[in-house]
Amino acid sequence: MSTQTNAMPDAPLESQALAPAAIPATRHVYWALKREFWENRGIYLAPLAVACVFLFGFLITGAHHLPQKMRAASALNPMQLHEQIEEPYDIAGGALMGTFLIIAVFYCIEALQRERRDRSILFWKSLPVSDVTTVLSKASIPFVVLPLLTCVVTLVTQFLMLLVSCAVLAGSGLSAATYWSQVSLIQMSLLLLYHVMTVHVLWSAPIYGWLLLVSAWARRAAFLWAVLPPVAIVALEKLLFNTSHFAAFLGHFLSGAGTEAITAPHTMPMDPLTQLTPLKFLSTPGLWIGLAVTAAFLAAAIRLRRYREPA
Amino acid sequence: MACIDARGLRKAFGATIALDGIDLRVEEGRILGLIGPNGAGKTTALNAILGLTPYQGELRVLGRDPWIERDRLMRDVCFIADVAVLPRWIKVSQALDYVAGVHPRFDRAKAEGFLAKTAIRRESKVRELSKGMVTQLHLALVMAIDARLLVLDEPTLGLDILFRKQFYDSLLNDYFDRNRTIVVATHQVDEIEHVLTDLMFIDRGHIVFSRSMEEFESRYVEVMVNPEKVLAARALKPMHERQVFGRTVLLFDSADRQQLAALGDVRTPSISDLFVAVMGNQGQGGAAR
Repeated sequence: MSTQTNAMPDAPLESQALAPAAIPATRHVYWALKREFWENRGIYLAPLAVACVFLFGFLITGAHHLPQKMRAASALNPMQLHEQIEEPYDIAGGALMGTFLIIAVFYCIEALQRERRDRSILFWKSLPVSDVTTVLSKASIPFVVLPLLTCVVTLVTQFLMLLVSCAVLAGSGLSAATYWSQVSLIQMSLLLLYHVMTVHVLWSAPIYGWLLLVSAWARRAAFLWAVLPPVAIVALEKLLFNTSHFAAFLGHFLSGAGTEAITAPHTMPMDPLTQLTPLKFLSTPGLWIGLAVTAAFLAAAIRLRRYREPA
Repeated sequence: MACIDARGLRKAFGATIALDGIDLRVEEGRILGLIGPNGAGKTTALNAILGLTPYQGELRVLGRDPWIERDRLMRDVCFIADVAVLPRWIKVSQALDYVAGVHPRFDRAKAEGFLAKTAIRRESKVRELSKGMVTQLHLALVMAIDARLLVLDEPTLGLDILFRKQFYDSLLNDYFDRNRTIVVATHQVDEIEHVLTDLMFIDRGHIVFSRSMEEFESRYVEVMVNPEKVLAARALKPMHERQVFGRTVLLFDSADRQQLAALGDVRTPSISDLFVAVMGNQGQGGAAR
């Protein structure tokens, strides 16, 4: 554009010599995750809040009635005793898992839309971080961060419940040892981790992938766009062909997870670890089809983040 | 190597052509003002240069294809696209941490130094800052990056004049040197006039005017003539004519200054006067077609 050059001939060389080494990808991922924690504090605050509320409730009701319950329990057979003692621990795990699911869904739906809505994507894209790093870091929140966080928070919560219970029992002159022996924390945690990773992460992966994709695509009302297509397909199919294959497929998909991973999910045997069927789960074609679909959804989300006009 | 080199750069949104095959070359160490009416294609051109939008044609920024290598290019290129695009939830200290974390050429001490001159507190969130302060923060972040190209797209729109003046003063005094290149797109032409080394007008996807400021100052002359000399002045074929307080102001391209001096007061036009003249002629040309 101009024939005249003011730049000194050695200038580019000089600036190249000063150029520091590239920042490794792991550091980009670290900062991308940190950014997600700053922006979405609910990721860790919500499980902590639920845990605190539960602990508080347990402290004033559960622990209060515990000595009576333990005295009455001597009439029960070991199986019933075990079930009764573990009940509040299962409820705690369930509540935290429910929290995990809610946060994961709401996180995904917002993850790639908000930065476009508030135009901050123009700032993020002015930094040397690729779309692949950004989208995969966001995807790792429901796939890795939240499940692990849920398991850790649950384990700590259950441990505190156990301590409180033992203290209460010891205080009222009952044997804490019997109680202690009935609560197998490690086993419960392993079960929970297995359940979360199989049912709520691997099997449900297409759901998160789909939500992230819609989040990258929709200009507004991402939640509506996420729910509308499946509902529309079900309705159209019913209307045009008077069949409901898609609805059946969705129903099977949404409910079918547990049956492959755990043989009898609704009864709690003495050693539930024997009920796990990881090989059966891993050899289900549906799982792998789902994971492939998830990968396609994420690839599309990356592409959308790259192509979407900033305005 | 040119900092920006575009040939036949083209971009259409459906039937609307935003860039109609423009050629553009910006050498290192220049400050280019990109000026045009709304919807002229300024932002589209800048988005293409920054790798934010795909395009047709050839484009090289610092020797790289911005669409293929945006993240790599952003180590050497910085931009402020629009006012207040910093995320509203971020704290000032977090913004510093983050940029320091991901940008290999960010000098945190320098950014802290710029911020120390403002009223911005480290613990504030962006949503608590005024629009002017957000711009100051963004500028502090950008100026602390040792980039080779800085692109600014309406960086001061909607700010009061004090902030605007301060913005361009800091850029010139604390940032610009001969190794850096700056491209600014703006409506507020007169404020950046003294800053620029090059000038480009863009209209309906075409570059309609492109000169260095030296050329601009030596070629274009404005003469304010009294009514009795208007006919004589018109005979010299002005490119534009307007009325000011009953006198006629005529704008000439490459005219003889001495000849013009005999007709009235001679001066260099402002960029906005030239812009109006060039765009006015464009409009007539368009209407004639």
